[in-house]
Amino acid sequence: MIFVTVGSQLPFDRMTAAVAEWAHARGRTDLFFQTGATKLDLAGFANMPVLSGTEIRGQFDRASLVVAHVGTGTIIECLLRGKPIIVVPRSSKLHETRNDHQFATARRFQHRAGVFVAWDEKELPALLDAADALAGGEAIAAHADATLLAALRGFVTETA
Amino acid sequence: MLLVSSSGGHWTELRRLAPAFEPFERVWCSVLPEMRSEVKPDRFELVPDASRWDRLRLLWSALRVAMVLVRVRPDVVVSTGAAPGFFAISLARFVGARTVWLDSVANAEELSLSGQKASRLATLTLTQWPELGEPLPATPAQRKSGAVYYTGSVV
Repeated sequence: MIFVTVGSQLPFDRMTAAVAEWAHARGRTDLFFQTGATKLDLAGFANMPVLSGTEIRGQFDRASLVVAHVGTGTIIECLLRGKPIIVVPRSSKLHETRNDHQFATARRFQHRAGVFVAWDEKELPALLDAADALAGGEAIAAHADATLLAALRGFVTETA
Repeated sequence: MLLVSSSGGHWTELRRLAPAFEPFERVWCSVLPEMRSEVKPDRFELVPDASRWDRLRLLWSALRVAMVLVRVRPDVVVSTGAAPGFFAISLARFVGARTVWLDSVANAEELSLSGQKASRLATLTLTQWPELGEPLPATPAQRKSGAVYYTGSVV
C-alpha cells in the first residue's frame, strides 16, 4: 500500500496528480490519498481530504511506502516506523506554500536512510517505478536527542 | 509547565520532547480537540490556530493564549511554533514565566520569522541545526540574551 499525504494545511495537487497519473498508467489501485481541498478527480482510488490523528497513524502503519510533501511531522512518522518515504518540496513560486523552506528541509533530510527526494513531480514516476528497491532506514527513537532533553530539563530547574 | 504549539509537524516535534518534562506538572496547549486524548492524563488547553494572513483570527488566537497563561500561571513555557506558540512566548513574561522557543526542524537554512522575533523575547532560543546557532553553554550565566543556541534536535 502506498500512502500519499499532503498534510493538514493546504492541498498539493501537483504531487497528488502526478502520483495518480502514475498509478493509472501502471494499473495500481493499492493507494490511499490524503489530498486536502483538492480539485482533482480521484475516482477509483481511496481518498480523503483530511484524516484524524488516529486515521493517519493507521495509514502510516499499513503503508509500505509514503509519498508526501516535505512536512517534518510526516517525515518523523516514517522514520519512527523505518518506512521509506518519497518527499516532494512545495514551491512558493507556484503558491504551494509561503516560502521555499521545504526545499531546505529536503536538502537536509535527503541524506537520511529511507528518505528519497523528488525535486519536482517529473521525477516521481521513475522513483515510484523503483519503489520496491526503496528501503526504509532503521527505526528512530520515540523522543528527541538526549542532549536536547537534558538541556530542557536543566532549564526548568534553573533558578530564575 | 505550559507546552504550546500548532498542529502538524510543530505538534509532533513538541510531543517528542515529552520525556524532558516528565518530572514536572505539564499543561499542553494546541489547536485540535483530538489532541486532548493523546496527552491524557495531562491537562490540555485548546486554542484557535491562525495564519499570518488572517489578522482578526491572529488577534483572537493571541487573546485565547493570554487567557490560558492567566489560568495556568506556568513557571516555564516551551514552544515549537507556530502562531499560538509565538503568542505564548511573547506574553509569558506578563505572568512571570521563563520561556524556551525551539525553532522547528523544518527551518533548516534560516530561523523562521517567528523564531527570529521570539529570539528577542524568549529566555532561551534553540535551533535544531548546528549551522544556525552557537553551541549551548554549560551554565545559564554564560548565555547571551538574544542569542540562538544549538544542542541537538527532535529527530
